[in-house]
Amino acid sequence: MKILVCISKTPDTTAKIAFADNNTKFASDGVQWIINPYDEWYALVRAIELKEADPSTVLHLVNVGAADSDPIIRKALALGGDEAIRVNTENADSFYIASQIAAIAKEGSYDLVFTGKETIDYNGSSIGGMVAELLDLPYISHAVKFTVEGGNAVVVREIEGGEETDKAAFPLVVSCQKGMAEQRIPNMKGIMGARTKPLRVVEPAAADSLTSIASFELPPAKAGVKLVSAETPEELVRLLHEEAKAF
Amino acid sequence: MSVLVFLDQADGHIKKSSFEAASYAAKVAELTGTTAEAIVLGIVNDDLATLGNYGIKTVHTVAEAALNNMDAQVFTNILSQAVENTSADVIVFSNNTTAKAIAPRLSVKLKAGLVSGAVALPDTSNGFTVKKTVFSGKAFAHIAVSTAKKIIALNPNSYTIVPASGSAAIAPFAATIGTAKVEVVSVNKVTGEVPLSEADIVVSGGRGLKGPENWGLVTELADLLGAATACSRPVADIHWRPHHEHVGQTGLAIAPNLYIAIGISGAIQHLAGVNRSKVIVVINKDPEAPFFKAADYGIVGDAFEVMPKIIDAVKKLKGVA
Ligand SMILES: Cc1cc2nc3c(=O)[nH]c(=O)nc-3n(C[C@H](O)[C@H](O)[C@H](O)COP(=O)(O)OP(=O)(O)OC[C@H]3O[C@@H](n4cnc5c(N)ncnc54)[C@H](O)[C@@H]3O)c2cc1C
Repeated sequence: MKILVCISKTPDTTAKIAFADNNTKFASDGVQWIINPYDEWYALVRAIELKEADPSTVLHLVNVGAADSDPIIRKALALGGDEAIRVNTENADSFYIASQIAAIAKEGSYDLVFTGKETIDYNGSSIGGMVAELLDLPYISHAVKFTVEGGNAVVVREIEGGEETDKAAFPLVVSCQKGMAEQRIPNMKGIMGARTKPLRVVEPAAADSLTSIASFELPPAKAGVKLVSAETPEELVRLLHEEAKAF
Repeated sequence: MSVLVFLDQADGHIKKSSFEAASYAAKVAELTGTTAEAIVLGIVNDDLATLGNYGIKTVHTVAEAALNNMDAQVFTNILSQAVENTSADVIVFSNNTTAKAIAPRLSVKLKAGLVSGAVALPDTSNGFTVKKTVFSGKAFAHIAVSTAKKIIALNPNSYTIVPASGSAAIAPFAATIGTAKVEVVSVNKVTGEVPLSEADIVVSGGRGLKGPENWGLVTELADLLGAATACSRPVADIHWRPHHEHVGQTGLAIAPNLYIAIGISGAIQHLAGVNRSKVIVVINKDPEAPFFKAADYGIVGDAFEVMPKIIDAVKKLKGVA
């Protein structure tokens, strides 16, 4: 089996969110970059587990980004995977990114494409579905469990208010979330090995963008907390009922 | 021209968040000088004519039992036929797991720019831009959509329904359904619980509650308020509570009217998923807990002493013995 895992670079979860150039750009000065947690903890680790269970599995990683993505790609390779492909372009919108990934997935004839359920910066939840549509493949989103049974993919996915178990033939696209796997820490052997794994840089395919970011905005600051004494919790209930009209 | 809203259903009933999306679609139609229509797939038991009360003129139905479970490819194909049939140029979804499976596919199929996680009406004063959440609720972006057709996936609880009056026409739609490539083996729904993403009130517990045996403090209050329950990430990680209750940057992002956090420190990753709640209440014994900075109301105190009193006061208010 050939697996392609999509890896996105996002600001660390504690990064200060601020904007520059008249609120048109994310202020990235001093920001630590990480692999998007959904891509790393769930998609990548589950793919590594599949390779561990069947060593004939070929596992490739793909990132759409500029050279400043290389550190997070190396970190992903330190966790596992045979090689990485970076499509050398500044990120545009999700349709453009999905078009790049679809081109790579098609060229490499992968049986399985894994993405995270969303990125923690743009929260689009759209790359997986777009890649699947571009390739005319089934797409199972919000997967919490993935196994291969009798040559088919068996996937448990989250639906509104519960879970659904699905079965589909390969090839397919799956977006991954919590439950798929447990977070791993790269070990020394992995880190050393990652340095010599191939990182292929390819030029982007021609594709459009359908949307663009006009500007950013920060939410208004809170007015400040109104504290109620621990001696009179019923006063909190009264305030929520009468003042905030919350119930 | 029209605005077409996708009504998501479960077990024969339209989901609450879809009514919000319908009302939003009606407003978009008004802003762009056209009419709002809706489409619903599968067997629905609700009286669809009442969609008129949300400003919808026509509800297109494909009442096939095969569509009771969502298949992203099949649904995308039917929706693209409906878009053509209604000449829709704006397509609206409520941004739930169903929409996240279909809207991106439809975006590709129609070459329609997609804004997922929208929180406001489009601004049409200079092109077409839609405000959406980014950085997991820590900021907003205004997204300009440059394509002729546009898709908006509206976050639940971010648009206030504008009541309208009227009765929607019901129009059965003869769509080519096609066969699903994904087989649904089984569906396992948690019934009787308020779905977290749609809840008006959420009561949430953190590691400060010490263990799953103390969760009665959370669930009792939630039951009294008709609220959904949530938890912080470590609480789900150590299996005190199920994973689907985990809110925050790497869990579910929610925006209820009222979020009550008990024994949760308010780490930045937790706040990211809940800071769009209208009213935030924090109960924590540590006056320095960062959550107080993001809260509207709070009590500095021991949850084990404070919560029973709060529960009693709510019982009194609700007239429950
Ligand atoms: C990449 C990344 C992603 C993350 N994503 C998320 C996420 O999505 N969601 C999330 O929640 N976390 C997330 N975290 C974890 C986050 O950083 C915090 O560790 C976590 O939110 C803390 O959970 P907590 O508040 O329940 O526990 P703690 O931090 O242990 O806080 C417990 C709180 O309870 C209070 N307390 C103790 N006893 C009592 C009592 N008797 N009465 C009242 N109060 C009491 C304490 O004062 C304390 O404030 C993430 C972390 C990372 C690194």
